[in-house]
Amino acid sequence: MKDITQLKNKATDIRISLIKMIKHAGTGHTGGALSATDIIVSLFYNTMKHNPQNPKWEERDYFLLSKGHSVEPYLCVLADLGYFPIEELNTFSAYKSRLIGHPNKKVPGMEMNTGALGHALSVGVGIAIAHKKLNKPNRVFTLMGDGEQAEGSVWEAAMAGSHYKLGNLVGIIDRNYLQISGNTEDVMALDCLEEKWKSFGWETLTVAGNDIEKICSTLDCIDYTSGKPTAIIANTTKGKGVSFMENNPKWHHGVPKDDEFEQAIADLNTLYI
Amino acid sequence: MINNKPCRKIFTETILELAKDNPEIMVLATDSRGSVTLNEFAEKLPEQFIEIGIAEQNLVGVSAGLATGGLKPFACAPACFISARSFEQVKVDLAYSNTNVKLIGISGGVSYGALGTSHHSLQDIAMMRATAGMTVILPCDNTQTKQLTKTLVNFDGPVYVRMGRGAVEDVYEKEAEFIIGKANQIVDGTDITIIGTGETVILAKKAAKELKKDGISARVLDMHTLKPLDTEAILTAAEETGKIITIEEHYALGGLGGAVAEILAVNKPTPMRILGIPDEQTVTGNSAEVFKHYGLTIKNLCKNAKELLEK
Repeated sequence: MKDITQLKNKATDIRISLIKMIKHAGTGHTGGALSATDIIVSLFYNTMKHNPQNPKWEERDYFLLSKGHSVEPYLCVLADLGYFPIEELNTFSAYKSRLIGHPNKKVPGMEMNTGALGHALSVGVGIAIAHKKLNKPNRVFTLMGDGEQAEGSVWEAAMAGSHYKLGNLVGIIDRNYLQISGNTEDVMALDCLEEKWKSFGWETLTVAGNDIEKICSTLDCIDYTSGKPTAIIANTTKGKGVSFMENNPKWHHGVPKDDEFEQAIADLNTLYI
Repeated sequence: MINNKPCRKIFTETILELAKDNPEIMVLATDSRGSVTLNEFAEKLPEQFIEIGIAEQNLVGVSAGLATGGLKPFACAPACFISARSFEQVKVDLAYSNTNVKLIGISGGVSYGALGTSHHSLQDIAMMRATAGMTVILPCDNTQTKQLTKTLVNFDGPVYVRMGRGAVEDVYEKEAEFIIGKANQIVDGTDITIIGTGETVILAKKAAKELKKDGISARVLDMHTLKPLDTEAILTAAEETGKIITIEEHYALGGLGGAVAEILAVNKPTPMRILGIPDEQTVTGNSAEVFKHYGLTIKNLCKNAKELLEK
């Protein structure tokens, strides 16, 4: 595992970067972006094999952002790693920009166009089957939302993942208990999510999803050669790191006003170690 | 004379032969290996066959993933389900993401006859051709299906193919050139043009023969590719024959007739008739009975041709 302090500070960098990007663009899915940041940082700075100089490197692991609306940390991470110029973040959602509000293959490092929920785990199953057939060790990490779990297609893919014994496939659920209309348990109850994934034949782990050390150690201890795909329920806080956004469904999407922006940056600066 | 094998069988025999030499080819089914006629493929090349179960959304998503992983998936299922149940996956995972997936919709149109509207695919052309990035093809007979299958293996990009359930008569006596996006003029004529696609091409060809007896020279176009549409062939036909009839196993909304009319209305307004299924729940009956009920017949083609020419 990489140096945890560095990883934690990197996550803070990314949070500040995405808040600035959202403020500049005047649009963004702020709450879910902050919720998912630690998971995406853990994958790209610690767990996954990838090469910013060669995004299509044959030995790379695959990342699929099924909750495509949390594109902001994904973009900020790719820019920080050098997949594209960091200044380009200023074009987020701008006319003719390739940096749109959901993942897009035009952006180096992005594997699939996503945005419609309940799609990417199926795509991940396909990529994982392909690599198993080709006897390649590449792994596939798919990040889903918890509200997204209501999509039936997620469970079609879940069945196929265990049926085809895809140890090289990991599904991570950003479990922040909030979706746009409110608490997931009020909108369409999901608990007990662990039991659901276990019953679909997945090795199911629960982790503190905003704790980089725990996320990294969980990802590091998976046996990717086993005959079982892994589901990780990552318990997170929507709006993590910004006091007035945390656990507030209003911030599913939203742009901080000037004073809120100052407050958000101040809050995030306190996270540096 | 009706062939002893349906197009879907020709597809599966051809893809089996091609897959033996091309391990990248993957064939997927949704508990549909029997109806697609994939049992032999599954037995002979089990490593290249992927059963998805009754889950068309997953079928298309998994296929997109296989293509992303460097393989060449052919996803096979009844046209009614693969086109409608999984349409968002087609839109996002195939067309928008430009993944190299071939969708093979079998038993299309009203092939399932009396099983009812749930099993008919009469809006698939409209849906697929209104989706940026898709190629849409309806082969008309066994010879063309074989050529198409060979072509698809080397064609990069998402394609929707629809074929029928029953065995059909050959339109082509020998292998004709098959180019995606280029219509085949199978009968030359100067008075009127009949454009068919899929199983209606043979009707157009026979109608032209009937019309000839009455001194009417009808041109026939096999518009096997609905998208990209061969606008040149359509405009040339309008210019040289002045009247156009389209005939399709599809709602007369947004299909072949709509596509042809869009081109003509803007570039060369031409008197035309669109023969298809009206905007209603289809009548009960087998495929032939449904065709007859809605005038997808040689007789009705001739009647419409004569009416158009009298105007």
